[in-house]
Amino acid sequence: MRELSYDVVTIGGGPAGMAAALAAREAGAERVLIIERDRELGGILQQCIHNGFGLRRFEEELTGPGYAHRYIDMVKATDIDVWLDTTVLAAEPGGVITSVSPHAGLMVVRAKSVVYAMGCRERTRGAIRTPGSRPAGVFTAGAAQRMVNMEGYLPGKEVVIVGSGDIGLIMARRMTFEGAKVKAVFEIMPYSNGLTRNIVQCLEDFDIPLYLGHSVTAIHGKDRVTGITVSQVNDRLEVIDGTAFDVSCDCVLLSVGLIPENEIGRAAGVALDPITSGARVDQFRQTSIPGFFAAGNVLHVHDLVDWVSEEAAIAGRSAARHARGELPASGPERSVAAGEGLRTVVPQRLSALEPGKMSVRFYFRAAKPMGASVLQFWADGVLAFERKLRVVKPSEMIVADIPVRKIGDAATLEFRVVPAPEKTEAEDAIEEEA
Amino acid sequence: MMERVVHAIQCIGCPIGCGGEVVVENGAVAEMSGFTCNKGLAYAAEEVVAPKRMVTTTVRVSGGGLALLPVVSAAPVPKERIFDCLRLLRGVTVAAPVAEGAVIVSDALGLGVDFRAARDISSLQ
Repeated sequence: MRELSYDVVTIGGGPAGMAAALAAREAGAERVLIIERDRELGGILQQCIHNGFGLRRFEEELTGPGYAHRYIDMVKATDIDVWLDTTVLAAEPGGVITSVSPHAGLMVVRAKSVVYAMGCRERTRGAIRTPGSRPAGVFTAGAAQRMVNMEGYLPGKEVVIVGSGDIGLIMARRMTFEGAKVKAVFEIMPYSNGLTRNIVQCLEDFDIPLYLGHSVTAIHGKDRVTGITVSQVNDRLEVIDGTAFDVSCDCVLLSVGLIPENEIGRAAGVALDPITSGARVDQFRQTSIPGFFAAGNVLHVHDLVDWVSEEAAIAGRSAARHARGELPASGPERSVAAGEGLRTVVPQRLSALEPGKMSVRFYFRAAKPMGASVLQFWADGVLAFERKLRVVKPSEMIVADIPVRKIGDAATLEFRVVPAPEKTEAEDAIEEEA
Repeated sequence: MMERVVHAIQCIGCPIGCGGEVVVENGAVAEMSGFTCNKGLAYAAEEVVAPKRMVTTTVRVSGGGLALLPVVSAAPVPKERIFDCLRLLRGVTVAAPVAEGAVIVSDALGLGVDFRAARDISSLQ
C-alpha cells in the first residue's frame, strides 16, 4: 500500500473538481491531486452532448464534452496529478483519504485540504413513491442519457417522461432524434422545473405535450413496462378522483430531481443543510470540518455548469490558502438564512470577512415562481439592501453580490424575495411602451 | 390589404429565456418587443421567417475507446432539415482516433453547415 501526501486533493474530476484543482494550483498549492472514479475526467458533462454550456464562462455555446475539454486541457497543461478509475472510500478529518483502484489497489493519501466535488445523483422511482409493478424499462433520465449518448443503446421506443427537469426535457428531444416516439411529459407541479429554452427547443419544436399538475399513479407491466396511469392533482398535490387516464409505453424516464452525492462527507461528520442536502459552508466554501471544502453539485444542485466552475474556483483557492495556513480564522460565526420566497441560500454562514473584499456572492433558489420581484437582504432584522428581479423561477438560480459595507457587523443575515411593489411594475410597463 | 400577424416568441439564446413579440406585416418584421439583447432580437427576427436550431447527435466509432462520438453542427440548421441531417449522420462511421473539432461531415446536405467532433476519442489500446 502506497502512502502519499498532497496539499490539495479534490474528490471528483468533473467540472467542480477540475476548476477547484486548477484554482488551488494557481493560488500556489504545490501538490494537487484529482481523484476520479470514471475512466476519464469531465464527469457528467461527457454524456451531455447537447449545446448550451459555457455562455457565461467562455462567452460561447459549447457542448458538454466541449466544456469539459476546455478544463481537461487546462488540467493537462499543469503538473496536477490525476488518478482515474479510482474510488474514494473515505476521507477522514485530518485529511486522510483512502481510495481503491484496479491498477494501484488500496491507496492512502494525506491531504492538507480536501475539496468535495462528487456531484449529484438522480432521484429514483423510490424517491417519488410511484406505485405499481416493477417491470424493466423504467430508467432515470440521466442513466438513459448515458446509454444513448455514450454506450449506444436505446432504452425504449415509446417513451413517457415523468418530471420536467432539464435532463428529462433534453432526453425528450434526444429520444426523438434517435427515432423513438415521446408521447408526453408529466409534471406534478403547476410549473416546469426546466429552463424555458428547453421547453421550447426540446418539447414545443417536436409537438411533445407537457402536462402540468399531473402525477403518475401506477406503472403497469410484468416483465416490460406496458404503460402508466396518470391523474390530475389539486393545489395540495393530491390526486383528483375521476381524472385518471392510461398511456401505453415501453419506457418510462424519470426526471424528478437531483440529490448531492454526499456519503463521504456525511461519513466524516460534516454538518449538512437539510434543504440542499449538501454541506453547510461559509463564503470560502469551507465545511464544518476545517480543511474540508465543497463545491459544485455536491454542495447544492446548480442550473448552469458556469456557476459550478466559478464556485469551485472559490473552494480551490480557499483550499490552497488553508494548506499554507493562510485562511483567516473563521471568527464568530454568522448565520445566513433563506427567508420568505426562498428555498436555499449558499453560503449558509459567514466567517470573518477578508480585508479589502468589496462584496460577497450568494446563490439562491426560489421557493415558487414569481413575476417581477425584489430580493431583500436583512441584516439583524433591518432591511439593508434590495435588488430588482425581472422574474423568479425555482429552476433558475438567483445570484447576487452583496456589498460588504451593507453586511457590516450583523450577526444574523436573512434574504427574502417579495413581489415587486405595484408602482414598479407600472413604471416598467410605461418603459416598455415608450 | 395589409396582413399583420403577431408572433409570441420565446428566446432560446441563453438560459435567461426572454419572451417577446414579433409583429410581421406583409411577410416582413415590423416591430419587436420584450427581447433584451441583440442576440435575442436576431433570433426572434429569424424565428418568425426561417427558424433554425443547432443539432447535436452521435455517430458510430470504429476502433475507439468509446462506441460513439458526439457531433455538433458548426452553425444552426433550418428546423425542417434537422431530421434529414440526423438520417445522414446515422449512416456515418468514423475511425478512431478522432480529435475534437475535426470535420465529420462537411457541408451536410448542401446546407453549408459542417458537423464537427465534440470531443477527442482515442484509439482502443
